[in-house]
Amino acid sequence: MADVKPRIKLDKKDVAQGGVIEVKTLVSHTMESGQRKDKDGKTIPRKILNTFICDLNGKTIFSADLESAVSANPYFQFKLKPEESGTLTFTWIDDDGSKIQATEQIKVS
Amino acid sequence: MPSVPYPLAFAAVAILALAVSPHAQDTSSPRAQDTSSPRAQDTSERPAWQEHGIKPQSPDSPFGEVVSGLYFRSKETQAMQADDFNNPGFLAVEQGEDLWSKVDGAAGKSCASCHNEAATAMKGVAAAYPKWNGKLGKPVNLEQRINICRSGALKAEPWAFGSPELTAMTTYIRNQSRGMPVAVKVDGPMTPWFDRGKALYYQRNGQLDLACASCHEKNHGKYLRADFLSQGQSNGFPVYRLRDQRLVPLHERMEGCMQDVRATPYKPLSDEFLALETYVAWRGLGLPVETPAVRN
Repeated sequence: MADVKPRIKLDKKDVAQGGVIEVKTLVSHTMESGQRKDKDGKTIPRKILNTFICDLNGKTIFSADLESAVSANPYFQFKLKPEESGTLTFTWIDDDGSKIQATEQIKVS
Repeated sequence: MPSVPYPLAFAAVAILALAVSPHAQDTSSPRAQDTSSPRAQDTSERPAWQEHGIKPQSPDSPFGEVVSGLYFRSKETQAMQADDFNNPGFLAVEQGEDLWSKVDGAAGKSCASCHNEAATAMKGVAAAYPKWNGKLGKPVNLEQRINICRSGALKAEPWAFGSPELTAMTTYIRNQSRGMPVAVKVDGPMTPWFDRGKALYYQRNGQLDLACASCHEKNHGKYLRADFLSQGQSNGFPVYRLRDQRLVPLHERMEGCMQDVRATPYKPLSDEFLALETYVAWRGLGLPVETPAVRN
């Protein structure tokens, strides 16, 4: 998972107090549902990203639980109204426990 | 038909409804009046594909207007392709970009060792593929060209057709030609390949006895069951298919079409598909390269 580079786009990185930032994230992952079978008829074990978390300075401000019906390369779009400047940390947690992480700096003035 | 008993009249209307369903757009069609079915209220619009194309460059073109497959898809799919962030095909472009400068093989080289920046060296290159290869005495497509470099200059293992690496590299290189017109050459030594591709295009195949032309030339802009038929243009390939949730190379798509008509598909990278790829590229001469396109 270490080689996965998530795509993150903020419509602005500098907002006034009370301003809204639109966040878009896209990450590459097969999201193997656990429902499919391989050529020998054996079930391919489930391997999905089961959690998405967005932290601002270590405090969770947005999170989502993903289930096996979510398609490959999950895409999220959401809006934030940050109250302080700092670091946004985006974390995707895989079924195998590994994490994909990325950060962005934002400024609230 | 006043004397026809009711059940027969009903059946006649039902058959009529089926017969006109590819053209059914007016609300007066018998289906639209059937309020017993939840589908009767369906207000989804068919994509308006006309007048989004270009004038054919060749007088021999079978089309009055050459239209990219993009305009045969829904507004939502078009919007997904138009936004480089939303477009999941760009995950492969990024993967290809990483592979471009990654050293691989016994020669200790990467693509970048010879070609430097892809943005300049590969600009417009893919728009002219498949291209005649004098050394081999046959045309090669982009996938084959990449593997010639891998086994030649890089002294690395060629990538298997359909592998994420080969598809990503193909996507990355074709993306450098995005917006440029398809400019494949079909004269000179390419002529017999063009002719063979044309013959294959009109060759009926499989249990359903359909040729490429049966759907993509004679019936584009109509529904084949739930599928809205396009002109079968290749300018967006490899395409991100929402159905497969990954990038699909052109020869895999052709295989899919052949399976759909219940024929035994040719092999990817076979001479047959290469000839067909050449001919199909000619049918879309002048269309902008869209790679990575998004399709359903």
